Amino acid sequence: MAGHTTHEIDSAASWKGKVSPFRTSYGKLMMWFFLVSDALTFGGLLVGYGFIRHAYTGKWPIGEEVFNSLPFLGHGYPLVYVALMTFLLIISSVTMVLAVEAGHRMDRKGVTKWMLATIIGGFFFLGSQAWEWSHFIHGSELGRVQLHDGSLAYVHGHGAKFESFEVVTAGAHHHVGDIITDDLAHEYNHAVAAGHVLADGSIKLHDGSIAKVNVKEVAHIDELIIREAGGEYALDHIIKGEEAARLYEEAVRAGEANRVVFGANLQQNEYGPQQYAQFFFFITGFHGFHVFSGVIINILIFFGVLRGVYHSRGHYEMVEKTGLYWHFVDLVWVFVFTFFYLV
Amino acid sequence: MERDDIVEYSLETHHDEAHGKVIRKKIYFVTVLLTVITIVEVLLGAFIKQNADSMAWITVKWSFIIMTLIKAGYIVMVFMHLGDEKKSLRNIILIPYFIFMAYLIFIALNEGLAVNNSWLTY
Repeated sequence: MAGHTTHEIDSAASWKGKVSPFRTSYGKLMMWFFLVSDALTFGGLLVGYGFIRHAYTGKWPIGEEVFNSLPFLGHGYPLVYVALMTFLLIISSVTMVLAVEAGHRMDRKGVTKWMLATIIGGFFFLGSQAWEWSHFIHGSELGRVQLHDGSLAYVHGHGAKFESFEVVTAGAHHHVGDIITDDLAHEYNHAVAAGHVLADGSIKLHDGSIAKVNVKEVAHIDELIIREAGGEYALDHIIKGEEAARLYEEAVRAGEANRVVFGANLQQNEYGPQQYAQFFFFITGFHGFHVFSGVIINILIFFGVLRGVYHSRGHYEMVEKTGLYWHFVDLVWVFVFTFFYLV
Repeated sequence: MERDDIVEYSLETHHDEAHGKVIRKKIYFVTVLLTVITIVEVLLGAFIKQNADSMAWITVKWSFIIMTLIKAGYIVMVFMHLGDEKKSLRNIILIPYFIFMAYLIFIALNEGLAVNNSWLTY
């Protein structure tokens, strides 16, 4: 057999250098390959979250309890806001697929209309996420408390309403007798978190001055629920009534920073272990970054549609490719919604 | 204009108005389905409390995971048109990913439980 070819290569069966074995264009194929690699990144993040969650020995925060607020309506709406965000993303995915469908019919007007709707949906989602982050960072009225035995407890109840702060010892900025009436709850929580509440209940302000706190309505502590065991209290133990109020106040007036923690940052958070907030910021942040870049890409393609670039090319495959990316962002959110918020 | 230097697969996805109607109907069906599943998920989450020992919660948890996979399947197959692609393309995208993720989930979660166990023991 050596020395001469025995078979003519059948040109119909070969790829001829321009035929794709997948019957798809180069651009679309590469978009799919990129999406697979991006899916591995998100898969890795969610699996990492699962690892930390399974390894943690305390009580992991419950999505329905952490995310139970709506703008202007306060709390008591478990996951409703996140569900609205999910719905928003699903709808903008639908408008995107309608844009792709219009493209397949060379319906330029349809593509323009649906692309625009998709971009608007994307902006709405980003805005919702900004609100959610802000809410997560600022936290609840009473925060989470570390009790005298080192255990960590969630606090149920409602915070005090304040009349004014009356300066009794001058600091760098305030004079004796100054009455402060602005932003009281926020300022008070700041003092609590910093351990700046003195034994008699007065607080040290930012500038070092000391002020007496005049309350309109005192804080009401319903119960403390132990979420991480300490020397005295076991996991899931519930402390009620006056005992709860006394222990909370004791921690507030201990003069130590971070005995009560409000909201979240990368070092600590009121919801649970430190990694909980870190994963929240990283996973939803990374996803939000994808949404943001998706909106930017959609806008660029939208201008292409307006200028008629794709129409004169004879097909709207660019819309289809950016659509793939946009659907992928929706797909990731479906998984984030389940594994971060629901289970 | 048709090009002769490449095969224009991009043109193969074109369809007429009548076929477009069928496709849009399918899109609206999937929209309703995804919305309904999301609502069911939120309601279940609101009414069944998380509790590692309760059978009700464990059932709900697994139904969340199954519903998520159904949602994901519809998004990938209908919205991303992977269902309309060639079978070889579909397989090369899905099969390696699923094998790797199943492996990763198995390893990471078991390892997590082992770490948890050793923290509780020592």
